[in-house]
Amino acid sequence: MSTVEASRAPLERDARRSLGWVEHTLAGISGSIERAVFTEEHARLPGWLQARDPRIKLVSFLALVLAASLSSSLYVLVGLYAVTLAAALSSGIPADFFIRRVWLGIPLFAGIVVLPAIFFVPGDPLFSLSLGPVVIAPTLAGVETAVVFVTRVAVCVSLAVLLVLTTPWADLLKGLRSLGVPQVFVLVLSMAYRYIFLLLHTANGLFEARRSRLVGGTTAREQRHWIAGSIGGLTSRSFKLSNDVYAAMLARGFTGEMRSYIEYRLALRDGLLFVAAIAVSAAALLAPRLLP
Amino acid sequence: MSEEGANTSSLNAEEPLFRLRGVRYAYQGRQTALDGVDLDVWRGEQLVLLGANGSGKSTLLKLLDGILAPSAGEMHALGREVAAVASGVDAFRFHREVGLVFQDPDVQLFSATVFDDVAFGPLQLGLAPQEVKARCDEALRLMGIEGLSSRAPFELSGGEKKRAAIASVLSLEPSVLLLDEPTASLDPRTKWVLVDLIRRLATAGRTIVTTTHELDIVPVIADRVVVLGEDRRVLADGTPGQILGDRDLLVRANLIHEHLHEHAGLRHRHPHDVEHHMDPGGPPGPEVGAMEPIAPTQRE
Repeated sequence: MSTVEASRAPLERDARRSLGWVEHTLAGISGSIERAVFTEEHARLPGWLQARDPRIKLVSFLALVLAASLSSSLYVLVGLYAVTLAAALSSGIPADFFIRRVWLGIPLFAGIVVLPAIFFVPGDPLFSLSLGPVVIAPTLAGVETAVVFVTRVAVCVSLAVLLVLTTPWADLLKGLRSLGVPQVFVLVLSMAYRYIFLLLHTANGLFEARRSRLVGGTTAREQRHWIAGSIGGLTSRSFKLSNDVYAAMLARGFTGEMRSYIEYRLALRDGLLFVAAIAVSAAALLAPRLLP
Repeated sequence: MSEEGANTSSLNAEEPLFRLRGVRYAYQGRQTALDGVDLDVWRGEQLVLLGANGSGKSTLLKLLDGILAPSAGEMHALGREVAAVASGVDAFRFHREVGLVFQDPDVQLFSATVFDDVAFGPLQLGLAPQEVKARCDEALRLMGIEGLSSRAPFELSGGEKKRAAIASVLSLEPSVLLLDEPTASLDPRTKWVLVDLIRRLATAGRTIVTTTHELDIVPVIADRVVVLGEDRRVLADGTPGQILGDRDLLVRANLIHEHLHEHAGLRHRHPHDVEHHMDPGGPPGPEVGAMEPIAPTQRE
């Protein structure tokens, strides 16, 4: 490294570090959405679930999520998870990818939510730890509650992830529409998904353009000014974009009432999925009462 | 659907499709985009609106499409008052006949898949599903993007997006097609493929109005050229040969610029682009300036 480069490097590093979290966050969100799009690769595989009618899939998965949400038996939840995992594997979803996608976030979010229950649910204490006036005594019942809660969340998230992985976004939206979800809601969801990608790319572009012109360090005040300006600029761009999109809709005959093209035909196997999902859901709800 | 204009208008052949007299438009009432435009567009014309950036080309197209109303002046389109169309009166039928392809395809492709975008227009017309499907398949075929129908718009390249945007308007089978800088930001190969597609759409009666500042495509897609000046008015109106052969006009419209050019150690001054973009049947191009040797220090 030359002398000039060596003397400039710490300044650049400082500048990058100070704005890095915003840039990283944007890049992270953008990357997640791109990955979500990328995962349509799985939705386009010739798997068993992929071939099913999206409306039937939606109803079936909703029934299973409902059963998992209402179940408080760990055995039942584990059974439902096993069924979900088997369905994923039979549809060509790699097990490690599927498990990682669900379990990386669950302990963090569900775990934090349920942590107090370990200590506050009444029951036999597993151990007792005195820290001055504070006594920490997790109970067996509390740990059981926490485990059931985390498993329940994991099953529900797994079902949702499996549905999204095996159904193209467009089909999912049409499925929602054909199940009676208002068209306006579906349209807003669809357009938000469509344009958030574009706006994130624009935001990333702003950061890259700034970085490419940054030759020295900037003060925290300057950086705050720049971020505020960027937010304002992006808001104004998105407003213009929304106006233009609306104009483009008007130009193609939009009069305020949305219509969508849905062309699905139910097959025998769709019926099988529906019956199987309802049977599993019913069994999950009835099992705790029937089992000793 | 065929490559021909499908719909007919109630206008007789002696009336212009679009008639503008002293049309002005200002964004938010203060940012002037057009400042007194007089223009007639006739049925079946292949018209190019030529102008530099900021000359009001895109605004003029939006006015022609009835999604903006003029701030002042008279404007009729297909026998209708444009101000009324812009406020929603008869807009539904008007947009069956006039289709606008926006400059930015991301504006036009707002659905989850390319097929949904192409189907958007026919669905708004209330057509039967089979008819919608048939129109979409044909529009996708015409643009050569049948294989992209299930793709999300943001997965497409720039050229693919442009084609999808045009297909999304073609499915309405408009008799008038308005194209806002269709070849902007495309690589040369994609650009000429698209120009070829536009030429094919221009057959048998369809009126096509294209805005551009790319002189090289003008002789290929136009039989009439209207130049918008930097004063946001019509500066000239003529055939591609007449317009592209008028070097002073193009300089005034900021469509070409004079620059110094080096050839094997000799330097000369000439307007950029003109001699490369002449209509083969038009008048001869302007003469380039006399060559002069470059001093050693000037070659740096």
